[in-house]
Amino acid sequence: MKALLTGNHAVAWGARLARPQVVPVYPITPQTPVLELLTEFHAAGELAAEMLTPESEHSVMAACIPAALAGARVFTATASQGLMLMHELLHYAAGARAPIVMANVNRTVASPWAFWPDQTDSLAQRDTGWVQLYVESAQEALDTVLQAYRIAEAASLPVMLNLDAFYVSHALEPVHVPDQATADAYLPPYAPEHCLDPARGESWGNVVTQEMYCRHRRELDAAMARVPAAALAADREWQALTGRGWGILERYRCDGAALAIVTLGSMCGTAREAVDALRDAGVAAGLLKVRLFRPLPAAELRAALAGVRDVLVLDRNFSPGVGGVLHQELRGALYGMTHAPRVQGYLAGVGGVNVPPSKIVELAHRALQEAPSLEAAWA
Amino acid sequence: MGVMREDLLCSGHAACPGCIEALSLRHVLAALGPDTVAVIPPSCLAIMAGPQPLSGLRIPVYQPPLAASAASASGLRRALDARGKKDTQVVVFAGDGGTYDIGFQCLSSAAERNENILYVCFDNEGYMNTGAQKSSSTPHFARTGSTPAGKPTKKKNLTAIMAAHDIPYAATASSGFLPDLLRKVEKTKAMRGFRLITLLVPCLDGWGVPEDQGLALTRLAVESGVFPLYEVEDGWRYTLNGPFKSRPVRDYLAVQSRYRGLDERDVATLQREVDEGWARLLAHAQRNCVAPA
Repeated sequence: MKALLTGNHAVAWGARLARPQVVPVYPITPQTPVLELLTEFHAAGELAAEMLTPESEHSVMAACIPAALAGARVFTATASQGLMLMHELLHYAAGARAPIVMANVNRTVASPWAFWPDQTDSLAQRDTGWVQLYVESAQEALDTVLQAYRIAEAASLPVMLNLDAFYVSHALEPVHVPDQATADAYLPPYAPEHCLDPARGESWGNVVTQEMYCRHRRELDAAMARVPAAALAADREWQALTGRGWGILERYRCDGAALAIVTLGSMCGTAREAVDALRDAGVAAGLLKVRLFRPLPAAELRAALAGVRDVLVLDRNFSPGVGGVLHQELRGALYGMTHAPRVQGYLAGVGGVNVPPSKIVELAHRALQEAPSLEAAWA
Repeated sequence: MGVMREDLLCSGHAACPGCIEALSLRHVLAALGPDTVAVIPPSCLAIMAGPQPLSGLRIPVYQPPLAASAASASGLRRALDARGKKDTQVVVFAGDGGTYDIGFQCLSSAAERNENILYVCFDNEGYMNTGAQKSSSTPHFARTGSTPAGKPTKKKNLTAIMAAHDIPYAATASSGFLPDLLRKVEKTKAMRGFRLITLLVPCLDGWGVPEDQGLALTRLAVESGVFPLYEVEDGWRYTLNGPFKSRPVRDYLAVQSRYRGLDERDVATLQREVDEGWARLLAHAQRNCVAPA
């Protein structure tokens, strides 16, 4: 069916179609409509999951992990401070190789209090061992929930999909909602290799030696390395079923581009307009949308940016003492590349400040004219 | 007391010689039986459960972060329910630090949701696994690594707080009175919803007690009225299990070096506190005859 949905409601529909068995969830602006629609589905008998509403996001993630280890498919959603409160458990989930899928609505992190789009919340979790995907639209959010389960269960890793506050979470769009049969054909029931169950006698969390700990980390590393291929396979199969594919990177008008704008999430929508305007004005500009941020697909980024002279990174986040997280990561990925592009970073839209297409056009002209600086500049 | 049906705690674990916690765990596990999954946060209990690749318990164990036991057990319970394993017991074995302090928020929430879990608090009245520091379960005047001059405030009343959540079952028990302890575990096995049993577990090292005196001390704790044995059902039906308070608190204090240097006034203060606590408990038990409207 085709429905007019917000990003949040598209996430809830995606979760419903994935048939999660345990859903612990705590309300937080601007994620709350995800929770409310899931509990409505549950009350109407349309979602046969165990719903838990604990007292905090810490407890939500604490419940998610052993639920997944006990063989249940698990979904949750959060934002901002909720994600911050989960931080300890995010590491714990990845260490336990629990294939949880969580939607995070990107919102400013206090203090001071604010409720605007800003991706510092999830980018600050980049070292926790979660796969991170960033989406641009409600349709992409719905599709990504289902794809996230394929990736999570293939790699035994938790997956976080990120959608920007309000621009995606609350904007209404026409969304194709696949029927349940399509979702079921795509996503078979969860059947893990290991399981907390008296019939099996397996445990998790015991104290380990240095060597065992190191081996666990190396296995986590190997699992992460399998994610780009797993994500591409999940996307290809989804495209074959529904006609919609999103890739792990998207090159928009990048052919022959002298300048590539690189960014995450809803900023990509604005950047598309800026690219069109630049192309109309005779500037060979393109957009490289980074959909998969963890693991960072370094080889794919290098291939996508080969031959580009200037790269303009737009970071709607701020890491004090470094600048923009994507800027830092991209420079790391391109370091040592033959004929590497010049990379200029801008802190654009931090705290939810509006960034219209005209602003991106202006930044593109600056990037073309000025030598890039080491630090990201405030746009 | 019947013969232990099945020993689910293996020998060779790393608890101290004479440890009352290991003894208590062994009996609780035997009463629960093998169709059980345990949630054990960081604590001396987790030491007994490990280390990898060994397991001290013959049942699956999930070790959560310290602040998360009751929440973790909730998620585990719901997953087992979703998979049709509704008869499998989910049990938390946690210390007092993980229960009274850092795990208290999620404990209250799991009780409010009436999750179908048995929560067993092994209460040794302090952070004994980190070398004996004060918790909110540490009693008045007890010396610990973080209260070298003695704790200036009283012990938190966990059973009363949890009973006030109107959970199906909250009780105290002790391995010094094993038939009572085993009866309580058996009773909770037949119940559903959130159930709590708090076991007083003297820590030989942390309390300053000779190795062979742990069990005797659990009896002194009950007989002096410091740790009365009782049950609270549905938040209001109090049952005193006995033996009742029959000797001065001084007898209990004298054998523990954590109470060294108490003067007569301190001992009198503790006696008054025990007497007041006992009187409150009796009043609850007497009101038991009248059902709430």
